Amino acid sequence: MTLGFYPGCSLKGSSREYAESVLAVVKAFNIQIQEIDDWNCCGATAAHSLNKELSLALPARVLSLAEKQGLKEIVVPCAACYARLSMTQHELLKNPELKTRIAEINNLEYNGTVSILNVIQMLDRYVTPNLESRVVKPFGHKVACYYGCYLVRPHEILNFDRVEEPLSMDTLMAKTGATPIDWAFKTECCGASLSISRTSSVGRLSGKIVGDASDRGAEAIIVACPMCQSNLDMRRKEINSYLGKRIDIPVLYITQAIGLAIGLDRKALGLQRHFVKVKV
Amino acid sequence: MAKIGVFICHCGENISATVDCAKVAEVVGKYDGVAISLDYKYMCSDPGQNLIKKAIVEKGLTGVVVASCSPRMHEPTFRKACAEAGLNPYMCEMANLREHCSWVHEKGEATTQKAIDLVRTIVEKVKHNQSLDAIKVPVTKTALVIGGGIAGIQASLDIANSGHKVILIEKDPSIGGHMSQLSETFPTLDCSQCILTPRMVEVAQHPNITLYTYAELESIDGFIGNFKVKIRKKAKSIDEKICTGCGLCTTKCPNKKNPSEFNEGLGNRTAIYVPFPQAVPNKPVIDKALCTYYTKGKCKICEKFCPAHAIRFDQEDEIIEVPVGAIVLATGFAVKKTDFFPEYGYGRHPDIITGLQFERLASASGPTLGEIRRPSDGKIPETIVFVACAGSRDEAKGIPYCSKICCMYTAKHAMLYQHKVHGGKSYVFYMDIRAGGKMYDEFVRRAIEEDGVNYIRGRVSRVYEKNGKLIVKGADTLLGAMPVEIEADMVVLATAGVANEGAEELAQKLHVSYDPYHFFAEAHPKLKPVETNTAGIFLAGACQAPRDIPESVAMASGAAAKVAGLFSQDELTREPLIAVVNRQAPPVFSSCVGCFLCMSACPYHAIEKEEIKNRQGEVLKTVAKVNPGLCQGCGTCVAFCRTKSIDIQGYTHEEVYSEVMALLND
Repeated sequence: MTLGFYPGCSLKGSSREYAESVLAVVKAFNIQIQEIDDWNCCGATAAHSLNKELSLALPARVLSLAEKQGLKEIVVPCAACYARLSMTQHELLKNPELKTRIAEINNLEYNGTVSILNVIQMLDRYVTPNLESRVVKPFGHKVACYYGCYLVRPHEILNFDRVEEPLSMDTLMAKTGATPIDWAFKTECCGASLSISRTSSVGRLSGKIVGDASDRGAEAIIVACPMCQSNLDMRRKEINSYLGKRIDIPVLYITQAIGLAIGLDRKALGLQRHFVKVKV
Repeated sequence: MAKIGVFICHCGENISATVDCAKVAEVVGKYDGVAISLDYKYMCSDPGQNLIKKAIVEKGLTGVVVASCSPRMHEPTFRKACAEAGLNPYMCEMANLREHCSWVHEKGEATTQKAIDLVRTIVEKVKHNQSLDAIKVPVTKTALVIGGGIAGIQASLDIANSGHKVILIEKDPSIGGHMSQLSETFPTLDCSQCILTPRMVEVAQHPNITLYTYAELESIDGFIGNFKVKIRKKAKSIDEKICTGCGLCTTKCPNKKNPSEFNEGLGNRTAIYVPFPQAVPNKPVIDKALCTYYTKGKCKICEKFCPAHAIRFDQEDEIIEVPVGAIVLATGFAVKKTDFFPEYGYGRHPDIITGLQFERLASASGPTLGEIRRPSDGKIPETIVFVACAGSRDEAKGIPYCSKICCMYTAKHAMLYQHKVHGGKSYVFYMDIRAGGKMYDEFVRRAIEEDGVNYIRGRVSRVYEKNGKLIVKGADTLLGAMPVEIEADMVVLATAGVANEGAEELAQKLHVSYDPYHFFAEAHPKLKPVETNTAGIFLAGACQAPRDIPESVAMASGAAAKVAGLFSQDELTREPLIAVVNRQAPPVFSSCVGCFLCMSACPYHAIEKEEIKNRQGEVLKTVAKVNPGLCQGCGTCVAFCRTKSIDIQGYTHEEVYSEVMALLND
C-alpha cells in the first residue's frame, strides 16, 4: 500500500528538514509514500477565524484529492495541518448537509474514506514494530518530549494520546535508546504565530519551556510540530534573553532523532538547517 | 345488565366555565346501561360524595363514572366513597374533564362534545370492569441496613428505636464510615469523632440491632416485606467471643508497613489490625491478603502472644441467610484519588493530597497527631493551596456534577490550617462558592474575613514540582484571567465525590436503578427521595448523591420512618393493578405457550415459571406466572406477550378495547 503525504506549507518552506527527515525515515523502512498531487493550504488559523465554510472547504479539497488519487491513508506531519484535516473530516462526517455543500464548493466528491495520521501515529504503525532492531547508534541522551498544543487536541475528535500528559513520543524515544524526562511543560503553549507579531511573548512562553527542560537536565527537545520547532529553535536569542542565560539544547523533530539512531546521514535529515547547532 | 351511575363535576368553574355540564349529563344519561346521570358543583365535597353513595344504594349501581379532575387527584376519594356504599372500589373510574378538556380548550360546542366523548369511553370501560381485591402480603419486621457509616448508623438506630429488629452489615472491620475519618465538621467545627462515637457504641449495644462487621451482601431474593438475603461474613481469623480486644496482637505483628486505609495511606497499619482506636467492635481482624502466615505460610506470632488464645487461622467465610422485610442502602461514597489528575502529576507527588487525606492530617487521631505536616518530609507547609472542584463540574473528566461538600470542607480545611499554622499562607482556587445551608455561607465568610484565607476565583491548570516547591499555575478570573503562579509547599485537591466501587454491581443485585455515575436512583427526585423504584428498598446518605452529614442523617431518619411505616402493619395492602397470566380449564391450562419473552422484558423480575403438573406429578406444561409482590403493573410484559395471555388487572385488553370502540362507534 502507498501512504499519502500531505506536507503543507511549513514542510516546503521554513521546516524543510522536517519533510526531509520524514521521507528519509520512511524510505529507510521501505514504506511507499506519495505526495498528494495538487494539494493546497489547509487554511490554518486564518481560515477558521474568518469563514467557517472556507476553513472546511480547504482541508476537504485535500482529502478529496487524496481519495481521488486512490489513497487510503495519509500522513500529515504538521500538527496544525493534522488538526485542521481531522476536524474537517469529523465535522463533515457528522453533518451530511454540510458535506454536500462543501463538495459543491470544491466541485469534488468527498466521502471521508481517507484515514489521517500524524507523524507519531504513522511511526507507531509502520516504524515502531521494527525500530529497536534497526537502532545502530542509540540516541543516548536525556530528552524532553514536547507535544505542544495541537498534536493532542481536541481530544474528543483526535482521540490520540493522553490529553494533559501525553506519552506517545516518550515511548517512541525510549525505543531509540533515549531517556525521556518527566517534566511539566509538555503541552504548554510555545507562543505559536505570535512569533512574528509579538516575538517577545514567544521569548517568554517558549523560554519557560526551554528553561524547564534545561533545569531538568534535558540534552535535546523532541518535537513533532513545525511551529513548535521554529519557536524553540529560531527564537532562541529571545528565549535566552528572557532566561538571562545561554541555553544550547537543540530542538529535533522526532524523525530526525529516529534517523540519527538508525544511522542515517545527518545531512539527509537536514540537521544543518537548525539555528541551534545539533551536537547530539 | 349494567347499571352505571355517571356524575359530572363542575369543579367550581374549572370545568363548567367551558363545558356545558348539564348537557353532558343529559346526553350521557340516554346511553345504554346508564341508570343515573347528574351534574353537581363539587363532586369531591361531602354532599357530592353522598350523591354517589345514595345512588349506589337506591339504584343498585354496578359501576360508577365520576367525570371531574385527574384520577391522580381524587381517584382514591371516589373509590373509597363507592366502597363505603358497598360497591367494589375498582368498579369506579374517572373521566378527566378538567386537565384533558376544560383547562385546555375554549368554551364551545366542540369542547362539550369532547367531554361527552371522554365520559362515554369510560362508561364503556366500566361496563367491562371486574371486581378486584387488594393484594395482601405478609411482612417480616426486620430491616437490613447495608453500610455502617453515619447514614447506616442513624437509620439503624431510628428503626431499632421504633421497636423493630435491624441487621446492620458493614464491609470494613469497624462501623463509622468516612465520618470517623474527619477531623472537625463544618459549620460548627465540632469534633467528628466526639459526636459520632456515642452513636457507634449505641449501635453495638442496642438490643434490637444485630451488627455484622467485615460482612457483605451475598445475594437477595424475594420482595417487599419478604426478602431473603444471604450475608457473607468474611473470616476475621479471630474468635470474637473470646477476644478481649487487648490489642497485644497488633503491637506484636511484625508485618507493620501496610498503608492504613483509615489514614488514607498517610500512615501504616499491621496485618492484624483494628482500623482506629475507637473502632466498634474494638476487636482486630487479620487481613488475609497481607498477613505473612497467609501469604508465606509461617509467622503466627499473633497466635503465640494472644493471651486469650482467640486467633483462628482456619476460620473461613460464613454465609448466613436471614429473612428481612425492608432494606436500607447506606453504602456511602468514595473520593477520587490524586492519580486521577494528569495535570496535577498523576498522584506522583506525595505533597499533593486529597481533602480526605488532609482530614487525617488535621485529625488528632491521625498520623501527625493533628499537626499539619507534609507527607514527603514532615515539614510544616508555609504556603498551602487548596483546589476546589478537582474533577467535579468537569465534563472533560467525565464528572459534570457538583460534589456538593467540597466548598464547605475546603473552607474548613483552610480555616483549620490557619488556626494550626500561625503565619501560614493559604489559597483556595474555586469556581463558585456553593455554601447553601444553615450557617454555611457565614462559615465561608469567616474563613475569608477572619482567618485570612486567600480565595482566588479560577481554575488550576497545572501543578508541578520545581526546586522542592510545588508550582501551582492558575488564573484569577476576577482580574481578567490574569495568570497566577503560587509556590506552595503542599497542595490539597478537593477531589470529586464518586460512587463506591462495586455500587453498580450492588444495584444490579438489588434491582435498584442507578444513574450514569453509579449513584443509586431515588424513586422521585422531589417527592420520593429515600425510596427506590423497588418496593421495600430505601436509600440513605451519599450512595444516592454526594451528601454532607446533616443531609445524610436527615435522609437516614427519613428512610427509617418509611421502614417503620411499612412495619406498622402485619400485612401489606397493595393495589391489585398488576399483571396476571390467564389460567384456563384443562387441557389448555393457559393460553401462555411458555416462550418467556415476558420474563426477559420485566424490569422488576416479577415473572416466574410455573410447572403445571398432573396428579402423578408429571409436568404437563410450563407457563409464566406473575409474582404479585414484585409486579408494579407497568404493562411491559403485556406488550411483549405474543399470545395475549397477560392482562393488567384494571386495564385488561377487553377494557381498553371497549374504550377505543366507544370512540370509534360514535
